[in-house]
Amino acid sequence: MATVTTPRRAPGGAGVMPDTPGWARWANDHRKWLFAAPAMAFVAALIVIPLGWTAWLSLTDAEGSVRAESEFVGFQNYLDVLSDTDRFWPAVGRTAGFTLVALLFEVVLGMAIALLLWRPFKGQKWVRVAILMPLVATPVAVGMMWRLIFDPNIGLANQVLGWVGIGPQPWLAGQHSALPTTIFIDVWQWTPMVVLILLAGLSSLSEEPQEAARIDGASTWQRFRHVTLPLLMPTVIVAILLRGIDALKTFDILYATKGRGGGSFHEVETLNVYAYGLSFDYNEYGVSSTVLILFFLIIIGSMWALTARRKEAKR
Amino acid sequence: MKASPAYRVFRVVALVVVVLSLVTPLLWMIAASFKTNVDIYDTGKALVFSPTLDNYATVLKQSHYVQFIGNSLWVAFAATVLSLLLGVPAAYSMSRFNMKKSALVVLMARVIPGVSLLVPWYYVFSNLQLVGGFTVLILSHMFVSLPLIVYIMMGFFDGLPEELEEAALVDGLTHIGAFRRITLPLSVPGIATAGILSFIFSWNNFMFALVLSGADTKTLPVAIFDFVGYASIDWGGLMAAATVVTLPIMVIALFVQKYVVSGLTAGATKG
Repeated sequence: MATVTTPRRAPGGAGVMPDTPGWARWANDHRKWLFAAPAMAFVAALIVIPLGWTAWLSLTDAEGSVRAESEFVGFQNYLDVLSDTDRFWPAVGRTAGFTLVALLFEVVLGMAIALLLWRPFKGQKWVRVAILMPLVATPVAVGMMWRLIFDPNIGLANQVLGWVGIGPQPWLAGQHSALPTTIFIDVWQWTPMVVLILLAGLSSLSEEPQEAARIDGASTWQRFRHVTLPLLMPTVIVAILLRGIDALKTFDILYATKGRGGGSFHEVETLNVYAYGLSFDYNEYGVSSTVLILFFLIIIGSMWALTARRKEAKR
Repeated sequence: MKASPAYRVFRVVALVVVVLSLVTPLLWMIAASFKTNVDIYDTGKALVFSPTLDNYATVLKQSHYVQFIGNSLWVAFAATVLSLLLGVPAAYSMSRFNMKKSALVVLMARVIPGVSLLVPWYYVFSNLQLVGGFTVLILSHMFVSLPLIVYIMMGFFDGLPEELEEAALVDGLTHIGAFRRITLPLSVPGIATAGILSFIFSWNNFMFALVLSGADTKTLPVAIFDFVGYASIDWGGLMAAATVVTLPIMVIALFVQKYVVSGLTAGATKG
């Protein structure tokens, strides 16, 4: 039936000509899944199945070689890990501390810088370029860069402290100063991300509420506190969400500055660094999978809590 | 209303402080890459020194860095192109047919810790004798690129009016034809944004290459560690290596600033 005199509507809906070959018509009808399927298949093969596998490994005593036999041990690994006050809980504490402190500084500084940049001024373009630079720099290289700057003997940081009369600090080399120093590096690299997100949010706000508050005689601080901030809150929460996920998973700068195991005293060993070490330094696949599943649950839990807050803020 | 003079002065000072604190460390790294190790150790020569190219000679000649630059370029390029091929149509479907659950599955990849996938990948790919090859590196970097591209392109397609496609259907194009001839050409800015971001993230990626690359397929972020010894660090070489990784990406970002910013902030302000 190739020659139809009265064009009828093909199953593909509008636009499908009667002389369209069958396969094209089929493709047109199934375009929804035809377009989505390759990406979904990739995600299933490389993410969903491996994640399921990790969940399975967490219930076994797999260790040594990936080819070695392993036995099902039920929730034994979970009991071991959750009662491990030597490595696991300190790592949880460091992960939480790193993320919360870094986020606090990044959001406060990011908000301040975004407000500075909000209204146009001469040279704004160059400030924006400067803000972009840390953001696109390779994290491992950034770690190495700060390693030189924070070197206790030859680093710029101690030189600068010397000029203002403060004695040299151990920075990354100190058992207690290493984690705060890595937080500083994270804040340096990622505050610009928060600035960009908040600027995008600020520029989408309408001028009217600002104008109305100004006419009512509100001070700059009052306008920020009672007009700008509430309107911007959903964007602030997106910034916290995006930054928080990445901060929880920080690996590159910790590995670059302190090496394996987060240093000789595990002083910057977060959950991600701990899980990496268990997997690829000690080949404890079962235990590392347990840590990873718990880590994953922590991430999902924090995300879920934040998304709930965002819905509240939008109301 | 004009800002008060006091605020304007404060703003200039504050902005100068912000710019200096962001840029100085990077300039310090670049400066150190042109110093001899003796000059790096001499705190008196912090700013005044006689520049040398020795560190770059070390990096480029002795350490196979040219090969590693090629590796990084190839992996980032291939991962980006393949992710665009898979991700752009998927994002289109997810946007037009409102496939929220499928989108959520793809976007979960941004949340999952990479280590939790590395063990199963390592297992499968070492059984297939692929660990250390480019295939597995490119696939692993797609794990970073694909969700990013889907995320950015979904936002882009959401903002592209459907009426244009409907007009094309009336003019006799099929749905796929309308996507190919109308939607895709209009999406070039979005695809550029997604592609650039994906390239940067893949270029900067460290963890996957750390586990999955071999001596010949090392990417630059892994190769940097060649300059960190157990006993001592070749600071000059290390800073030159760090500059070789970072500078190209910063220069690219400078030229395509608009795209990088719109990619990084994609979806941040919509519901």
